[in-house]
Order: sequence, then structure tokens, then C-alpha cells
Amino acid sequence: MVVKLDKVDVVVVGTGWAGGVVSAELSKAGYKVVALERGKNVNRDDYIGVKDELRYTNRYEMMQNLDPETITSRNYLDETALPVRTRKEMMVGTDLGGGSVHWAGATYRWKPYDFEIKSKTIERYGKDKIPEGMTIQDWGITYDEMEKYYDRWEKTAGISGEPDPIGDKRSSDYPNPPMKESPAVGLFMETTKKMGYHPYRVPAGNLSQAYTNPDGEKINQCMFCSFCTQYGCDFGAKSDPLVTVIPTAMKTGNFEARTGAYVKRVLYKSGKATGVLYIDKMTGVEYEQPATVVVLAAFTFTNNRLLLLSGIGEPYNPKTKKGVIGRNFNGQFGITFLGARGYFKDKKFNYYMGAGALGGTLSDFAGDNFDHSKLNFINGGGIELRQYGDGAIATNHVPKGTPNWGPEFKKNSIYYANRSLVAWYTMATMSYWHNFTDLDPTYTDSYNDPLLRITYKYTDQDRVMAKFGIEKSREIMEEMGADIVDEDEIPHEFNHVYNGGHYAGGVIMGADPATSAVNNYLQMWDVDNLFVVGGSAFPQFAGHHPTATIGALGYRASEGIEKYLKNGGQLVKGKQESASV
Amino acid sequence: MADKPSDRNEKSGMSRRKFIKNSGLVAGGVVGGGLFGGLFTNQLQKKEPVTPHGNTNGELQDARVSINRAEDFAILSAATERIFPKDDLGPGAIELGVPYFIDKQLAGEWGVNAKEYMKGPFITNIQAAGTHNDERDQDSQGPNSATQVPIPTPRYQSILNRSEIFTLGLRKIDQVAQEDFGARFVELSPDKQDEVLRMFDEDKVEMKGVGSANFFHLLQQTTIEGAYADPVYGGNKDMMGWKMKEYPGPRASYLDKIEEKEFIKMEPISLRNYQGH
Ligand SMILES: Cc1cc2nc3c(=O)[nH]c(=O)nc-3n(C[C@H](O)[C@H](O)[C@H](O)COP(=O)(O)OP(=O)(O)OC[C@H]3O[C@@H](n4cnc5c(N)ncnc54)[C@H](O)[C@@H]3O)c2cc1C
Ligand code: SF4
Repeated sequence: MVVKLDKVDVVVVGTGWAGGVVSAELSKAGYKVVALERGKNVNRDDYIGVKDELRYTNRYEMMQNLDPETITSRNYLDETALPVRTRKEMMVGTDLGGGSVHWAGATYRWKPYDFEIKSKTIERYGKDKIPEGMTIQDWGITYDEMEKYYDRWEKTAGISGEPDPIGDKRSSDYPNPPMKESPAVGLFMETTKKMGYHPYRVPAGNLSQAYTNPDGEKINQCMFCSFCTQYGCDFGAKSDPLVTVIPTAMKTGNFEARTGAYVKRVLYKSGKATGVLYIDKMTGVEYEQPATVVVLAAFTFTNNRLLLLSGIGEPYNPKTKKGVIGRNFNGQFGITFLGARGYFKDKKFNYYMGAGALGGTLSDFAGDNFDHSKLNFINGGGIELRQYGDGAIATNHVPKGTPNWGPEFKKNSIYYANRSLVAWYTMATMSYWHNFTDLDPTYTDSYNDPLLRITYKYTDQDRVMAKFGIEKSREIMEEMGADIVDEDEIPHEFNHVYNGGHYAGGVIMGADPATSAVNNYLQMWDVDNLFVVGGSAFPQFAGHHPTATIGALGYRASEGIEKYLKNGGQLVKGKQESASV
Repeated sequence: MADKPSDRNEKSGMSRRKFIKNSGLVAGGVVGGGLFGGLFTNQLQKKEPVTPHGNTNGELQDARVSINRAEDFAILSAATERIFPKDDLGPGAIELGVPYFIDKQLAGEWGVNAKEYMKGPFITNIQAAGTHNDERDQDSQGPNSATQVPIPTPRYQSILNRSEIFTLGLRKIDQVAQEDFGARFVELSPDKQDEVLRMFDEDKVEMKGVGSANFFHLLQQTTIEGAYADPVYGGNKDMMGWKMKEYPGPRASYLDKIEEKEFIKMEPISLRNYQGH
């Protein structure tokens, strides 16, 4: 039996940055908002005493419990997909605040080129530059239009940083100055500057000073405690929904967050979403939550899966290349973030201290900042040197040629524990017709609903770009004075390890309803009162971390939802784009 | 096993020789290097017999709670010691309590795959069982890989949980030792023990239900974890793993130190201190 609840204005699935921003904005505007979150109800107290590397870094304490639900994964269309069974192979957030709590905090805006990638690539290099099968597309929104949402989110989150010297137009500075500089980061900055590049400090969601955001929420100063990425912050010093948008929503009195609520379906009738169906995990009771507007902000996988399970939108069919739900799955995993590790014989770094986004970076090889006429790829990425601050289990890097266990391993791993640094290329990944999501024909969750299936393989574009980035990283490491520099190897094929939380696409944004699922307000083309917010909207992945863009899209969507609640209807008129690739 | 000598041993302070004779563990009574691995490490390695009153908390934690057979535990101990041997830098796996750490891990959530997807069907063709569909092992790569212990990530498709994999794996180690090298694993010389382990590392051993490299990588991963995880989990005894690495343990703040040019060495503190017990 399903218990039917009273109707609310807005029901939001997920409480990360995407769902949190939407919840805060709409409850502030006076609408009744209910957020449903499958995980636990947590707050800062849950993260006091978390400084336990085994439990959080190695056993993935904050990641989704895969026992009831995971995804399946394969490389090729004719393969049988297999479930991603362990948390070592799958990093996805759960609990109040989602993955937006255990993120590291590296915060980049994406570039004008990223939002108009197809037109700008053709404009500069001609149509032939885009290889056959690559399905990149413009977003239907420009950087200039996105700028105010970036600005708003950076202020909510209290981002600490300095502008990219070769970056794009900003309406204001970061709300906080960059964090203190560690010697390792300083060495990167100084060296790359000498090499003629334009380094700047990684814009950070770890705060350089105490700060009160425009909603009146206080965020504390970061302590460089190093238990940051994959951890919650016990100081309230990391920009996350738990110290910002969720309390903001709570204060309005219009907001309720229901935890332990696992959403199973979007309910849908005659062209409208009527609400969602969820199960209370504590009691097993099923509820229908009716709402005027339904917002999916449950991260890429669930956003895709709920639409497919609910039969909303036309599923993408790779054989006919028609349909939109599941199209252009993309992300940064495996082949991205490759670079070079340098080992310093006579130099030691205090590498046990740090913060998720303490680092230096440069954009000289990002986006279309460099000429690609003679290169066999488009787009690029940032080069970063980060000082996360590693625990003792993590610092086991040894120069190549060292056996990976035994006496020599022990000797070298201890010797180099505080003597190695890594620079890497946070490269973009382009979309292809053969990378997509759909429902798995075999594997199911604990309620017997099909799992989401990912079909994903690398392309030459990925491999060539990775090699380019590795070489640049190696040059930097050598200039930094490392005695041994080891290059990362380029994986031949995607190995089904979903590491790092940068998965995107499948419910993509665009100007043409034939090739996109949502318009530039994240509103579904087919269903006016359904908004799908998050990385699922990225048509392809830019060469920088995703979360600032997710936060900004949250503000963009909130604006759209308010418009819809006032006037109803489709907010954008779909355009039919000429030749699609 | 006929008897459970550990208690008696502690109480009577039995001599090493006599204990070995009585324990019934040794086929043919051959006493070799690494013979008992960590089975009764504390007793064996200390010259002075351990008295009940002399026990620290740490030592009271050193008992098996998941691996049933002492024999399996002895193989585990010897194997971890080869992966992380004692040398002039400091203690090896046995002294650090790594075998007990692993035993405890296997007893818990991780050992029984409580939070992993364990629904069938389990595909056991090459694609799945080989688990490395690449020519070479891959460290986990991608964002945040820098914070991860660099050990290849298998594509886990076994119906077995980790605890079961360990039991099978440890016994397989012994079987390979006997079939290919003519002696129990714990009786082999360190070099020969390495050869056996290398066969697993290189996936050259046939195992039922799981690739031998997968088992080995689990063993390798847990050995490193046991050397360096917080002592609360039973390894990293007396924070000796951290001391070797000059790792200071969990601390609230480095705000006043982050810009410091010189390396700062601190006496480590543990989670117990940090949580303020
Ligand atoms: C270890 C790690 C480090 C990262 N570091 C960075 C970084 O430095 N920089 C960066 O830009 N990005 C980083 N990311 C990525 C970042 O975490 C995500 O981009 C961001 O959190 C996404 O926000 P979101 O709101 O879309 O999703 P989430 O924050 O994940 O929120 C989604 C929520 O939906 C809930 N949910 C899912 N399914 C259901 C369901 N069926 N029913 C009910 N609730 C459901 C989930 O439990 C979750 O709470 C990192 C990710 C990881 C894993
Ligand atoms: S490094 Fe800073 S932001 Fe990260 S958990 Fe520690 S105090 Fe919080």
C-alpha cells in the first residue's frame, strides 16, 4: 500500500549542492519544499573524530552502500555489462549533503569555449576537426549568461582564490583570498612561472578565513588538517551544503529534509510529473509525495536511472542514435588526471598536512587556450599540483622499477614518503555516440528494479590528449628539480573504476529537443514541471573539476523553477539545429 | 588442532623449544625461519616469558577472531612478513600486528562484503575472472587517486567475500609451496616464499572462484593498511609504522605550520588521543 502525502510546491530528490541550492532558493522565495535523501541525517558532529584514514579513505565510509544498489559497466555495445561491486571501484556520495560533503573543494569555472564547444571548434578549425562519432554540442547557454550564477554560487560557498591570469571575465573577485601557500605549492608556482606559464592558486572550497555568506551562514577557516577529500569537515571550514544551503533552507520554515527516503519513481501522468514515489528505509512503507514541481538532483546516476525507470523522455538508442535519455554519458575517470610523479632525493615536504584544494594550477593548456591546428585532439585541461595532505597508508608511492612489495618496496616507500609530488592534467573528455546509459537487462537493486548500465570506452582523442598532458606534467616536474620523474601510464581501455565522482551526462542540456533532454533552465523539454539538475546536464566534460558548474546550474534552475511556478509552461523555445553529427 | 596452547603458553612461560614441540603444528618437527609466522609472535620474539600481569592492552587484542585455523594464520603471518619485512628501518608486518589487523578486518563489514553489491549472476568467464582486462595492472587512477594506496584495483566479480577469498588463498599458498617447492610455506626459505607469492602476484596460480592476483592484491593492500592504519585496528603497533614514516597521526590543525619550509618531525598521536579519551 502506498501512503499518499499532502501536496507540496516542490519536491527535490537529493541534498547535495544541486538539491541544496534549489531547496534554499525556493524555500527562501516562500515555496513549501520537501527534499528526499536516501542517506542518513548528519551534521558536523558526525565528522568530529573522523580523522581515520582506514575507515574513510580505504573503506569509503562516506560513499554509497552498494549492497542495495550499484551500476553495471561495460566498454562495448556487444558486451555483457557487469556490476560495479565494490566501493573501491565506485565513489558516490550518500547521506545529507551527498558527495558535496566529502568532496575536496577544487573549484573551477568552465570556459566560454566549453559552453559553445561545437560552434567555436568549427569556427576556428573547420568542421573536419570534430572526428566522426564525437557528439559534442553547445549547451544552449553561454559563459556570459552563466557568469552571474557562478558568481552567486562562489559567494554562497565562500570560495578562496585568485583569478586565473589568462581566465575569463568575472563580475567580481572571489569572496575570499587564496589559502596560505605551502612550500610544495610554492615550488610549483615559481617553477611554472619561470617556464613562461600563468600559474594561479587552485580556487578552494576550503576557506582561507572565517566568512559569512550572503545567506548569513558562517563558514570557518580551514586548519589544513588533511582529512579532507573523502571526509566531512569537523571544523565547518569546507564549503558544503551542511554549513550553507541546507541551514539556509531550514531557517525559512518552508523546508523539510526527509532522510532515509529512497526514491524509486517519478510519478507521471498526461505530460506532467505529479510527484515521486519513495520508500522509507526505516519502516519499508512506501509514500507518494505529490508536488507542483519535481526536481531531480540526485547525482548523475540516479537522475538518469529515475527517468528511465519512470518511462519519462525517449531513451537514447545507440543503434539509431535517436532518443535523449542516456545520451552523451561522459566524465573524468581513469584516463584523466594522469601526469607525472617526481621523487626528490634531498628534499622533504610536510606532505602529511594539507587540504582538499590546497594547490597551484595553470590553464595554459586548458580549453582552447592553445592552438590545436597541429594537434590530434580538441580541448585540454588544467595542470594541477595539489597538497591534499596524505595519510600514512596513501604515501606508498615508489619510483618505477621498485618491486611493489618486499624489502626494496619497504625501503623506498618509507624513504620517499615525504619526498614525492605529483602534477597532473585534469583533462576534458568529449562525448561519443557509443558512450551512454540505459537500464541493465539482468542486474537489479534490492527492490528488483533494474540497475543503471554504463557503456563507456576511451577513444584516441582521450589517449592522445592524456599523453600530451603527461608530457607537460613531466616537464614541470623536471624543472621543479625532481631527481626521478615517473610518467603515468595511459590505460588502454576504461577499467570500470568509477573513481573521484566526476561522472556526467545522460540528461543533457541543449538548444535542440532532438539532441538534449533539458533546456537551459534544466527543465525537461517533454515535461514542463520536471527539472533535472546536476552534472547529468553536461553534454561533455570540460577540462576542470565540475562542482562550481553544478552549483551554478543549481541557481540557474532555481530561477527557472520560480518562473515556472509563477507562469507555467516551457521556459525556452526549442531550436532545431541543422546537421547533427 | 588438538590443543590451544596459547593460553597455557602465556601462563606457564613455556620455553620456545618446548612450545614448538608441544604445539603439534610442525610436521616432522623442523624448525625453520619464519616457521610460526606471527602465531605467537609476542611469546616467541620476547626473550622473557610473558606474564599475565605484563600484558598491555595491545597484546590482549592479539587473538584470532575470524581465521579459524592457526595454521592458516601462520601462513598469513609469514606472507605478510615477506610483503613488509623487518629491516634496519624498523619492524616488519608481524611485529606491527599486521596479521591480527587482517584477521579483524576479515571479521568485520569489509571482510564479509557487507556494503558491496553481492547479487548474482556471477559471471566467471575470462572477462570477469581475469579481472584485469588490460595487459598490465592499473593503479586506481582519476581524481583523488593521489590519496589512494597505489595497488591495482581488481574488477571484483567473485561470488566469494573477502574473508572466504583469504581462507582459500592462504591454503592455496601452502598447496603451491608443497607441490612446487616440496615444503609447507612456513618452512620455506624467505627467497622461496617470495617465489610462491610472486606466482600469485603474477596471476600464475589457478584458484577457484577468484583470480590469484586478486587475492594477492587484497593481501598486499591489507598488509600495507595494517602497517599504517591507526593502531585502534590492531596493526601499526605502538604507532611504529607511523614512526618509520615520520607520520604524526591525526591532528586538529596545521594552520601555523603549513608554510614552514623545513620538514617538521612530530611524535605521533593516535585517534584515541585525538578523540580525547
Ligand atoms: C572523493 C571526491 C572528491 C571530489 N572532489 C571534488 C573537487 O575537488 N572539485 C569538484 O569540483 N568536484 C569534486 N568532486 C565531485 C563532487 O563531489 C560532485 O560534483 C558534487 O558533489 C555533485 O553534487 P550533486 O548535488 O550533483 O550530487 P551529490 O552531492 O552527490 O548529491 C546527490 C544526493 O542524492 C542522493 N540520492 C541519490 N539517489 C537517490 C535516491 N534514489 N533517492 C533519494 N536520494 C538519492 C544521494 O544520496 C546524494 O545525497 C569530488 C567527488 C568525490 C567523490
Ligand atoms: S583540510 Fe580544512 S576544509 Fe578540509 S577537513 Fe580539514 S579543516 Fe576542513
